[in-house]
Amino acid sequence: MGIEQKVGDMGVVTTSLEHVVNWSRTRAMWPMLFGLACCAIEMMSAQAANYDMSRFGMELMRASPRQSDLMIVAGRVSKKMAPVLRRLYDQMPAPKWVISMGDCASCGGIFNNYAIVPGVDEVVPVDVYIAGCPPRPESLIHGVVTLYEKVYGEKITDWA
Amino acid sequence: MTDKIESIVGSIKAGFSAGEYKFRGEISLLVKPEQIVEVCQVLKDEHNFQQLTEQTAVDYWPEQKPRFHIVYKLRSLDDNLIIGLRVPLNGNAPTLPTIEGVFKNANWFERELWGMFGIHIEGHSDLRRIVTPYDWEGHPLRKDYPLGYEEVQYSFNFDEIDLRKPYAKE
Repeated sequence: MGIEQKVGDMGVVTTSLEHVVNWSRTRAMWPMLFGLACCAIEMMSAQAANYDMSRFGMELMRASPRQSDLMIVAGRVSKKMAPVLRRLYDQMPAPKWVISMGDCASCGGIFNNYAIVPGVDEVVPVDVYIAGCPPRPESLIHGVVTLYEKVYGEKITDWA
Repeated sequence: MTDKIESIVGSIKAGFSAGEYKFRGEISLLVKPEQIVEVCQVLKDEHNFQQLTEQTAVDYWPEQKPRFHIVYKLRSLDDNLIIGLRVPLNGNAPTLPTIEGVFKNANWFERELWGMFGIHIEGHSDLRRIVTPYDWEGHPLRKDYPLGYEEVQYSFNFDEIDLRKPYAKE
């Protein structure tokens, strides 16, 4: 970066706006509590001490959709819950991302019946799918890191 | 233990002319739908069965003629006894009197019976569906309700199903 050679220790760095905005979005992305079923337990254990998700900026999970950026749909979505899920997604302010965690949220999982929505991407648009029944906490963290790489790739023409 | 339950079963059978249904050491009494409230009241007051643990139904369509059997399980905590009651019910427009006055927790059990089997409960205070969405049509746990399959998306038919699938928009 050119200007640093001239400025030295002044503490100035030059970069592009895109880079800064994407970097700041990934550094403090707060997920919304949306643990529906068994995958919620793995999400809780990923947030807890051993596999800490606060290292990745997810310091806390907000229960209110108005104060969160990321919705981790953890667990099976029934047809009764689907309109509620859509309403909460609509209440989140942009920029927002959705991670579909586990098999039931991605494709219906082991359920193929009248009551379960086969894949949450029929209700909300999903960015990252995580497979597993339930996915291990490391798997969830891998999914989160993949989402961060996707966010780094966002261009200024998308959100400006 | 067993003679206690035998004596209770005997008195109910004599009082209400109920049939008997044995299964692996457990006794169930076959009761008519008009008598069920009285039988539950007698069991609760006189024989100390304080808790209704189960109230569900079984659908025997098309094998057996009274299509539904409503199953009640009453438990006595002091004497450590479980007694079952079975009410055979016909398929077309099945109705049943409520035992909500005897056991309060029958409220949700009977709502589930209405929603899942279509058994109308007379005298119930708040009969709506409880497990399915409130405007669902059909009664899912009956044997003639379709399973609700969806075609599985393997890799050879991935693209065709992908075009048909209703993905969500922003």
